[in-house]
Amino acid sequence: MAQRLNIHIAGENALIIYFSDQSNELVNANISSKVQQAELLIRQAMEKELSQNIIDLVPSYASLMVMFNMMVTDHHHVRNKLRELLQHIDHELTSHTSSNDTNIVELPVYYSDESGPDLSVIAQRAQLTTEQVIEIHQAQEYRVYAIGFAPGFAYLGEVDERIAAPRLSTPRMKVPKGAVAIADRQTAIYPSVSPGGWNLIGLCPINMFDAKATPTMPVNVGDRVKFKAICKDEFIALGGVLEVNYE
Amino acid sequence: MSKSSSQKGFIVEQAGLLSLIQDAGRFGAFNIGLTNGGPIDLLAFQWANRLCRNTLNATTIEISVGGLSITAQVDSTIAITGANMPLTINGEAKSLWRSYHVKAGDVVALGFATQGVRCYLAVVGGFNITPSFGSTATVCREGVGGLQGEKLQVGDVLACSQNIEQSHLNKNLLLDDKLIPNYRNEVVLHTIPSYQQHHFSSHQQRLFFSHEYTVSKSFDRMGYRLEGQVIQCDIDGILSEGICHGAVQIPADGQPIVLLNDRQTIGGYPKIGAVSSVDTAKLGQLNQGGKVRFEPISMEQAHNLFHLNLSRFNRTELIDCD
Repeated sequence: MAQRLNIHIAGENALIIYFSDQSNELVNANISSKVQQAELLIRQAMEKELSQNIIDLVPSYASLMVMFNMMVTDHHHVRNKLRELLQHIDHELTSHTSSNDTNIVELPVYYSDESGPDLSVIAQRAQLTTEQVIEIHQAQEYRVYAIGFAPGFAYLGEVDERIAAPRLSTPRMKVPKGAVAIADRQTAIYPSVSPGGWNLIGLCPINMFDAKATPTMPVNVGDRVKFKAICKDEFIALGGVLEVNYE
Repeated sequence: MSKSSSQKGFIVEQAGLLSLIQDAGRFGAFNIGLTNGGPIDLLAFQWANRLCRNTLNATTIEISVGGLSITAQVDSTIAITGANMPLTINGEAKSLWRSYHVKAGDVVALGFATQGVRCYLAVVGGFNITPSFGSTATVCREGVGGLQGEKLQVGDVLACSQNIEQSHLNKNLLLDDKLIPNYRNEVVLHTIPSYQQHHFSSHQQRLFFSHEYTVSKSFDRMGYRLEGQVIQCDIDGILSEGICHGAVQIPADGQPIVLLNDRQTIGGYPKIGAVSSVDTAKLGQLNQGGKVRFEPISMEQAHNLFHLNLSRFNRTELIDCD
């Protein structure tokens, strides 16, 4: 039996649906696929009867925020619509596992000390060689749990416990575009130059956010990402640029 | 570095502290991490457009603090609303909250605000700016919108529509003095308890809703950091989730931050509620030292507040003038 959908008020024009107990700090792929499923169902409805009503959707780890247009609708109407649309979501999830229709994106990474200044730090802490850290990082698939912080910044999880690393105590003023990074059990690629406190282990030559391209990003929430180690020559050939100064 | 355009309109002579191209905001791109942008004081923005007989989403300039000076390259009609900034046209003092016909060569200049923070400069037909992700709203942090995602700079040309003969036939419009918002230093923020509200004890919630807060030196289009009574939450953080407009975040130091148009799309700090948009417009006109008080309201009351204000806005007729 499907449990009652957990819809809360966020603000005057926003509701937020929680797919797990909020105090639960664990990242959970099962919950994340519910978020993805719900987003898909609502987006389909936005193409049709909800086109004027819902103005934005914000999927994250275990929640989905729904912003609506107060000029034409209200939270009662939106809430009812959401219940109607999502009533079978638990059932649908169990009837077909989401892994079949998940998009898998392979991203090349030039892992090295010159492209990832924290690679050796992580290796030392874990009592591994840098080669082992690289091997562990690219051995598994990651799920895109959320996109935010900056345009195109995708939060990927979960990193193998052995190479998980806390954020730097002093964030860098300038992290280069394409930097592949680890914070706790999450990994990500900086889509543009920005300050940042994650541990840098390599560089990815693929553009993670291009305002002029369609689609603007190579990944969406719910997709799976696999990293593939490449050498410096391949990195350069793919358009990668080596940042010399890590401030 | 200026960006020239083959189209004519207005040329920026002095950019001021922070002058930004803004339409009503960017919606539908939160899932790729793009925030809303748009006018901090939505009401003043809408009045500026109505005074120019524009649609309410037309592209304007939001001037924070002041100091913008532009020269018309074409005959047009403009209107400026919002904070009390001294306005001159060709050196002659003019009042805000009404429209003016301007001719090619006229210089429109704003001094610095004496009350409030932000003004809106609308032009008949709106500025012609190429939208990014469906909107012209500038978000500098993202480098999106406006002219190449940046604030206005000296030499920028802001194109506008050229069907000016039509607009000159129209009379100028003004807003009745009695209806012009009075930007005070004290604002009540009607707030819907929401999000992690239940992680704040009833005592902490009472403290939050009964103390006055002061706008700190950190206030911008992302959010207003406040100073005052410390509020404690029984959790440090949450799994990052969507942040709505007006959300009140309580970080570990217990000092509230009201999140506005350029906020991050998701975040992991606990939130105690969200301020109504009618009141965030007033908050966004406060400077450092401004005083605010939070008052709890229900979702229904917030809905009423919004629609009563909308109804008053729609009912108000502008007055013809010369």
